[in-house]
Amino acid sequence: MSVLAEAAGLSAGYGGVAAIEEVSFRVRPGERVALLGPNGGGKTTLLRSITGEAERISGSLRVSVPHATVPQTERSRLDYPVSALDVSLMGSLAGLPWWRQPGRRERATAVQALERVGMVQLAGSTFGELSAGQRQRVLIARGLVQEARLLLLDEPFTGLDASSSERLETLIGELATEERGILIATHDLEQARRWDLVVCLNGRQIAFGPPGEVLDLAVLEATYGGAIVEIPGNGGMGILPPHHHHRP
Amino acid sequence: MIGPFSDPIMQRALLEVTLVGVCGGALGCWVIFYGLSYASESLAHGLFPGLVAAALLGLPLLLGAGAGILVAALGVAVASRIPGVGRNVAVAVVVTFLFGLGVLLALSPASPPGIQGLLFGDVLGASDTDLALSGGLALGIAAALWLLHGRLLAVGFDRAFARSLGISAAAADAAVLTLLAGAILVGVQGMGNLLVVAVLVGPAATARQLSSRMAPMMLLSVAVAVLAGAAGLCLSYYAGTAAGASVAAAFVAAYLLAAFSGRTALPLTVEELP
Repeated sequence: MSVLAEAAGLSAGYGGVAAIEEVSFRVRPGERVALLGPNGGGKTTLLRSITGEAERISGSLRVSVPHATVPQTERSRLDYPVSALDVSLMGSLAGLPWWRQPGRRERATAVQALERVGMVQLAGSTFGELSAGQRQRVLIARGLVQEARLLLLDEPFTGLDASSSERLETLIGELATEERGILIATHDLEQARRWDLVVCLNGRQIAFGPPGEVLDLAVLEATYGGAIVEIPGNGGMGILPPHHHHRP
Repeated sequence: MIGPFSDPIMQRALLEVTLVGVCGGALGCWVIFYGLSYASESLAHGLFPGLVAAALLGLPLLLGAGAGILVAALGVAVASRIPGVGRNVAVAVVVTFLFGLGVLLALSPASPPGIQGLLFGDVLGASDTDLALSGGLALGIAAALWLLHGRLLAVGFDRAFARSLGISAAAADAAVLTLLAGAILVGVQGMGNLLVVAVLVGPAATARQLSSRMAPMMLLSVAVAVLAGAAGLCLSYYAGTAAGASVAAAFVAAYLLAAFSGRTALPLTVEELP
């Protein structure tokens, strides 16, 4: 089976200072890979090293297919005068020379992508007026228009209500079955357990592998710095959110 | 509104206002969303000594203004490299220095009378050469905006994404600034050094109240600029007020009308880009 992206002993960061070290992982078609780690643990840096926004300091990183980022939408300006279709259409600029505007064919592709993510009814809506989950789906459509085979999602579930989360997760599952690889930075451990692989990051890589094998208490404590609690009754584990973290 | 425009002078003024309106109105939308309102005011004021020098030497005003913009841009670029001087401070220092220099030249006893008019513009006094040059520039600006539309839109929306597509955000900024310099050149003669910013910001801010899509906003902004410009000329014709100032006042009136008409498409505040 082909490999979409592969890192071996990767250190990456900004201005020569590493934010993540010793990262080794692999994404193959059809795989959903969760990036787990605390805030500042290097999840975004890992995604940015794939896009080239963070610099590779040592080790190797090979990305062999077109990729697209689905950023956290607060980065996009919500007062910007564009529709969902305009945003989806932006994905087509990758394949056009600078003097050419997207034409009828590109528009059809952009509409198709919105259809794929279930947003075609809202194609004419202003992007900033959509809900957080709808904006995520529009940005995924933009990635599909780019013909990306590796999708990089940076905490796409943040700020989503339960039903939007569920819809987004279903969509991610469907996109993976279409021979895409999907890297998803997330804070939701239970979600990560449902996916194919996890990368645990806390400045350096703690673990990589299938969640069932990798996610034990020792790995989680190393990843989140000890703030792990067992949830009584269901046998699962939870991460203690930082604002509940009391130090003596 | 037809009456005043049977006068050939007023017809030329209307043509001038239309050219200024097309450039300023369309580009103004990008000025707003790229956070360049301050930059446009600075460029306009910074080119003043060039304008005055051209008038004193009897050269085409457009030529002087072009040289003035180059000097101002160079000055800002050099000053912002001085350690400990932020870009805003550098812009403020260079621009006030240049503007002061221009005023000093314009108001010196040796200057011919009427040169102060450069501050407030002379929309009624455009020569054939001026109109032809402005027309050419306006055409170039409109064509560039049409060609670059998709890319400017992508960069303004999400710079990191644009970079990932291989679109340079810095090149987009430079393109908008270059076009801005061009639009100021078109507008500065008619509107004057102090009022040219009005055509770059007023109609676009008005259109922003009424539309939430870039392309319609730009068309609306051009329409507002041309119509308000014509209204300002009429006001000047009947009330005997200064033409440039009347046009600027009409832009402000259009903005207030749109702002208080109760239909706000988007929030008023626009954050400046870092």
